[in-house]
Amino acid sequence: MATENPLHQFTIKRLIEIHIGGIDASYTNSALLMSIAVAFITAFVVLTTRRAALVPGRWQSVTEMFYEFVVDMVDRNAGHDARPYLPFVFTLFAFILCGNLLGLIPYSFTFTSHIIVTFALAITVFIGVTIIGIARHGFRFLSLFVPHGVPKVLLLLLVPIELLSYCIRPFTLSIRLFANMLAGHTMLVIFAGFVAALGIAGILPLAVDSALVLLELLVAVLQAYVFAILTCLYLADALHLH
Amino acid sequence: MPQLDLTTFPPQVIWLAISFIVLYLLMAKLGLPRIGRALEARRTRIEGDLEKAQQMKAEAEAVIAAYERALAEARQQAQQTLKETADRLNAEAAERQRKLAERLAAETGAAERRIAQAKTDALANIREVAVEVARAAAARLVGGEVDAGAATAAVDAALRERS
Repeated sequence: MATENPLHQFTIKRLIEIHIGGIDASYTNSALLMSIAVAFITAFVVLTTRRAALVPGRWQSVTEMFYEFVVDMVDRNAGHDARPYLPFVFTLFAFILCGNLLGLIPYSFTFTSHIIVTFALAITVFIGVTIIGIARHGFRFLSLFVPHGVPKVLLLLLVPIELLSYCIRPFTLSIRLFANMLAGHTMLVIFAGFVAALGIAGILPLAVDSALVLLELLVAVLQAYVFAILTCLYLADALHLH
Repeated sequence: MPQLDLTTFPPQVIWLAISFIVLYLLMAKLGLPRIGRALEARRTRIEGDLEKAQQMKAEAEAVIAAYERALAEARQQAQQTLKETADRLNAEAAERQRKLAERLAAETGAAERRIAQAKTDALANIREVAVEVARAAAARLVGGEVDAGAATAAVDAALRERS
């Protein structure tokens, strides 16, 4: 009995072929899920705040709690002067969270399980944060790589390490999210494959899959949070150096 | 592994950029201001209510203070009135007492004067009676009229000796 290739779920399908000047800009299943995420987040935020009641209803509370959660995260980790970047962090958090959660719907697609997507997001954060840091501090931005109170000799060793750890940020940031999504969804499909293959004993992998779905829900929220909070911390470095 | 298929990179990145920018603009221009406004309105309202409550409390406290001041004043006034009345009554009583004492003293003086007068009169009468008695006694004993002048002189000498 042939089980489905667990990596098959990550296949990019071109739903609408679009080529502009030799560049493939096809509307894919990944793009579809991104569009759904954008539409869902926008609809949710707009509809729940439609009445903007003084005493919020249930759904308005959800939106407000999420908003205040992000505000709190930005304020705590990046300081109050990071407020101009709140919309970016909010968008990033909501977009990744929504992508992770939508991906858990059966037969759906997880756009955050593609390294190119997470890397594009991470490199955007990296470049943006670096530009903010240089624009704000100019040449002094380089002091980010010089630890305080360290003997001069050690600096020869530490500065390259600091520089390296700074430059691998986009990679760690993107691989963390990508790997979590990839591993989780692969496991789900592998165990799901056993369910049909084992007949009546398939109840065991089914139980495992049920538990895994709960775990993946947690991972989906957690990884979106980690991505957002690390963005805040990088922003804090750029704004305040050390 | 589909993730490593480089031909899928351009469409993913292009649509990621489009989606993300669209979502960013929607949130920055539409979504977040709406939430922010709702939260701001609530905060303003709550702060306004708190301020009003504070103000009302202050007013209530002012009223209580005024009431207590009025009460204290009234009490003080009452005590003042009470004291004045008591003083007035005391003064009147003392005055009456004094007048009574004066009248009594005057009456006593008059009575004493009357008594003295009576005594003087009585003493004068006694002298005359004594002279008469002395003359009568002398007439009975001696048998003959005793001169009135001599009798008077003898009685006066005797009275002086006694008194």
